[in-house]
Amino acid sequence: MKKKVLATIIASVMALGLMACGSSAQAAKNTTDSGSDGLIKVGIINNDPNESGYRTANDADLKAKFTEANGYDASFAYSLKNDEQIQYAQNFIQDDVDYLLLSAADTAGWDSVLQDAKTAGVKVILFDRTIDADSSLYEASIVSDMAKEGQTAVDWLAGQGLSEYNVIHIQGVMGSAAQQGRSGALDTKVAAESNWNIVKQQTAEWNAEKAQQIVQSVIDAGTSFNVIYAENDDMAKGAVAALDAAGISHGVGKDVIVMGFDCNKWALEELLAQNWNYDGQCNPFQASYIDDIIKTLESGGTLSQKTIIMDEKGFDATTITQEDVDNYGI
Amino acid sequence: MKDNVVLQMKGISKSFPGVRALQKVDFSLNKGEIHALMGENGAGKSTLIKVLTGVYSKDEGTIEIAGKGEVSIHSPQDAQNLGISTVYQEITLCPNLTVAENMFIGRTQGAFTNWKIMNIEADKLLKKLDIPASATMQLSSCSIAVQQMVAIARAIDMDCKVLILDEPTSSLDDQEVQKLFGLMRDLKQMGVGIIFVTHFLDQVYEVCDKITVLRDGKLVGEYEIKDLPRVQLVAKMLGKEMDDLSDIKGEHKAYEGKNAGEIVFEAKDLQSNAGIKPFDFFIKKGEINGFTGLLGSGRSECVRAIFGADTILGGTVKMHGKKVNIKRPLDAMKNGIAYLPEDRKLDGIVGDLSVRENIILALQVLNGFFKPFSRAKADEFAQEYIKKLNIKTASADTPVKSLSGGNQQKVILARWLLMHPDYLILDEPTRGIDVGTKVDIQKLVLQLAEEGMSVTFISSETDEMLRTCSRLVVMRDRKVVGELLGNDLTQNKIMSTIAGDGDSEIKQEADLKAI
Amino acid sequence: MNDNKFKKLMSNQLFIPVIALVVLALINLINDPSFFKVTLGTNNAGNPVLSGYLITILDYGSELGILAIGMTLVTAASGGQDISVGATIAIAGSAMLRVLCGGNSRPETIQAPIIVAFLVACLVGMLCGAFNGLLVSIFKIQPMIATLILFTAGRSIAAWINNNELPIVPDPKFSYFGGFIPGIPIPTTVFIVAICIVIIALVLKFTNLGLYTQAVGINENSSRLNGINPTFIKFLSFVILGLCVAVAALIKVSRLSTINYSVIAKDIEMDAILAVALGGNALSGGKFNIWASILGAYVIQFLTTTLYKFNVQSDALAAYKAVVVIVLVIFSAPKVREYMKDARKKIIKVQKEAA
Repeated sequence: MKKKVLATIIASVMALGLMACGSSAQAAKNTTDSGSDGLIKVGIINNDPNESGYRTANDADLKAKFTEANGYDASFAYSLKNDEQIQYAQNFIQDDVDYLLLSAADTAGWDSVLQDAKTAGVKVILFDRTIDADSSLYEASIVSDMAKEGQTAVDWLAGQGLSEYNVIHIQGVMGSAAQQGRSGALDTKVAAESNWNIVKQQTAEWNAEKAQQIVQSVIDAGTSFNVIYAENDDMAKGAVAALDAAGISHGVGKDVIVMGFDCNKWALEELLAQNWNYDGQCNPFQASYIDDIIKTLESGGTLSQKTIIMDEKGFDATTITQEDVDNYGI
Repeated sequence: MKDNVVLQMKGISKSFPGVRALQKVDFSLNKGEIHALMGENGAGKSTLIKVLTGVYSKDEGTIEIAGKGEVSIHSPQDAQNLGISTVYQEITLCPNLTVAENMFIGRTQGAFTNWKIMNIEADKLLKKLDIPASATMQLSSCSIAVQQMVAIARAIDMDCKVLILDEPTSSLDDQEVQKLFGLMRDLKQMGVGIIFVTHFLDQVYEVCDKITVLRDGKLVGEYEIKDLPRVQLVAKMLGKEMDDLSDIKGEHKAYEGKNAGEIVFEAKDLQSNAGIKPFDFFIKKGEINGFTGLLGSGRSECVRAIFGADTILGGTVKMHGKKVNIKRPLDAMKNGIAYLPEDRKLDGIVGDLSVRENIILALQVLNGFFKPFSRAKADEFAQEYIKKLNIKTASADTPVKSLSGGNQQKVILARWLLMHPDYLILDEPTRGIDVGTKVDIQKLVLQLAEEGMSVTFISSETDEMLRTCSRLVVMRDRKVVGELLGNDLTQNKIMSTIAGDGDSEIKQEADLKAI
Repeated sequence: MNDNKFKKLMSNQLFIPVIALVVLALINLINDPSFFKVTLGTNNAGNPVLSGYLITILDYGSELGILAIGMTLVTAASGGQDISVGATIAIAGSAMLRVLCGGNSRPETIQAPIIVAFLVACLVGMLCGAFNGLLVSIFKIQPMIATLILFTAGRSIAAWINNNELPIVPDPKFSYFGGFIPGIPIPTTVFIVAICIVIIALVLKFTNLGLYTQAVGINENSSRLNGINPTFIKFLSFVILGLCVAVAALIKVSRLSTINYSVIAKDIEMDAILAVALGGNALSGGKFNIWASILGAYVIQFLTTTLYKFNVQSDALAAYKAVVVIVLVIFSAPKVREYMKDARKKIIKVQKEAA
């Protein structure tokens, strides 16, 4: 019996691996056959849009921009796995696309397939994420500067002029670009300033429930704090739920400053209601940048710079407007 | 130690908390001897075997092995190294490996195995022992008997001097038993000493040279087979002079109460998906009848069909003359039919549940999902039957799996008796249990019938059926071939019916089994 | 020492979770006695609430406690585990939000009474359970393999139910289930668990669910020959688990009045299985003790809360739970038990000799 149980577990794990490979590997094609009608053929490889609100907005933005009406014949492929993405890239190259747009799951392993693309005359544009490959292999890369997002937020926090900063720092999945960038600025600041303290630094893995438990644990311990620095909106929401339950006031002019990232629409509404204090943008709207680059390249122009860092804002609850919520909320 | 003695155990004692399982038991085995170890369940046979094979460590006594002098055995591995091998009732080989792999597993030297040589070696040995299997066959594709023989071959090849066969025949049919006996005789010629543990008396008299009888953890004696008639053996095992066993039927009268002669259950053209031909069957109130035939002739399948245990394909069934629909066990139970299945472990007991829960199970199910018995009520039922059937258990809370085989069987019997069925089917109720309990069960069946219960009794031991049944349905090749009653109820008549006219081969087979 | 009493204690299924609980409590007591302090305060809505680590454990252990009920039954009947409970919580929760918000991610008011939404979630949870149960009982698929289907697809189904939107429930009353009811300082989840416990206790007392489930888990053949329908009992256990999932989903979704398909109730299936194991129940089925499983669930939450207090990184929690599993497995191994028995005997012997 024990053997059986073990075998079952092993089998499940293996099957799990297989299914995980299969499930997110749906490639959708918008149009079956074209190219002769003057449309620019693009192949877009992205992460799974179900991954997060950010990714959903990102995918929706791309889909809205790369339409036939805008002169594109676009095919989309999604995967959270690098090797599958590389497979899709090869398919697109064989399919003779004009442009390959890529948000890579992983930074490594792209050299050879991009070399193939170059040989085949396919122009590659990276968006959202960079890769470890020679910059001659792609035309441009449009990225968010996570470190800058963190810096903007920390600068804003420093500008609040508190006499002492006791911060609960809720981190995203450790090692992700967003976590590293957003944690880095805060860590540096805390190390440099004597009146900045980290009360608790914990990863909640982008998970609201975990963030709620982490903040609850600090409250239960009776430790005092006046800043919640959560590396995304979901975790900020979880933290606020714990504050609410414990009767700790938060928001503009209240006991605890609440900071989040990603600019979800509902989060910006919290800012507007002055329940939260700050939300840092992580711009998912890269389609128009890409569109500009392709237009430039198609008209024979050259790009002034290879890496394009998008404008990203940080919103303050005291200055945010309904217009901002509508424009920047995702 | 005498020259031809291979094993000598002297003054072996072993105690468990609260039980003195063995008290100064002596046992000796000669070269080329088949030596039966007999006793009721709990007499100490298993303990003695386990001491010899290193499963238990003895408290007192000495073990001597020819050529090795006094030895101490602390693990089964030790025993194996000393040339003591055991083949158990349950096959302990790996069914998904080949025959050769099973024979050599765990005995190869170094990290590499030459499969080719191994297969050749295995085939050689199989041939020498006349075992109908080839080295590369998967073990699970062999019959149980062949698997057992492979286990024996493995033991022989490990250069064993003492071979212990612990209930090897209980899952074999007669032909297979004969093959096994043939192998045992060959081994005897080769000088191997064999200790044979079994419940089947006739088998003892067929192959053994000597008998050692244990009772209550003590040695009763060692006898040459020719010096100990069967009745004497039983008497020694039970510890009392037995009045002739076959006389118990005479003590009981036939049922004479009201509705005597009424047909309780009647089936016409009943057929299930278990591969039996449609059959007709009936039983009267207070009657004991039985299905007889060789193992695999379809006896069990017939009663399973009556109980709805297999999928019913066709036929009509009447209870007390009224047509009823029995498609599954619950239907049969609602109609007052109870069925004690052939395989106690697989189909009977619910091992981890307590004796109490096992006893009330059937009545509880009949009572309904939403009407559980109170704890007090359940206890009352359990205590009543523990007492009535003399079930030996520490308490009603004891898990049934920790009881001895005979007592487990009594628990299942209690389960069905608690239901107060009109019609009780007992499929091999006495298999694998000690003589004392066997007699208890036979007497109980006769008593129940006297009180008006109809009972169908199936047993591999024909004498048992002759002692209890007043009518026998004879089966051959999954078909009912005859019915015997009155003066026809004799061994010879049964065998000739089973064999059929002119079917000499089966007749010979049956003669071999003569009791 | 009374030998018999000790033996009885050891063999009691509650022994392991109680000992684990005592050990955890002792660690916390030595480290910081204020761990056990419970204070009465007010929350931001101005209502009285109790707070403290113990309240946190009771509150956050609720979902697990409820799931442990169903998981125990599934384990006992089928000899396997349902690994899809996390994903089905997402499905049931999503269905609840869909009904409450009417397909609009930001409604002004709720579109249906909460009770209706909850009943729909129950139905959806039970359907998911029925699906798993069907695969296991009729198609005889290993439970872990059968539930792998919903485990993999469940969160996508949940996202699909709400068109990938993340609806937010506007009615503050909805947040009472995972929070506090105004005027009552005890977390509502505690009452929900209590209700579940009472219901299952009544079911076990007034039906034969316990006997049938155990009989089927121990010996399916024998159960069938005693008139029990093993197929139905297995199926039923999955449906009951589905109901537990729906209740857990209510709490989970209510905590934040919204849902995140990819992370809601993440990894809760492993905790639920661990709770069953901690309760001393054989994962291969058969005899069970639901109370031990529920206690096991709170032990796990106690451990989680303790680890948070000790500032263990939350992505390392799984490693600590793995240690618990290892210890459990080792202690329940027959060899170790025998060894412990021998050791105890020797100690008693020495004591006797000394006396």
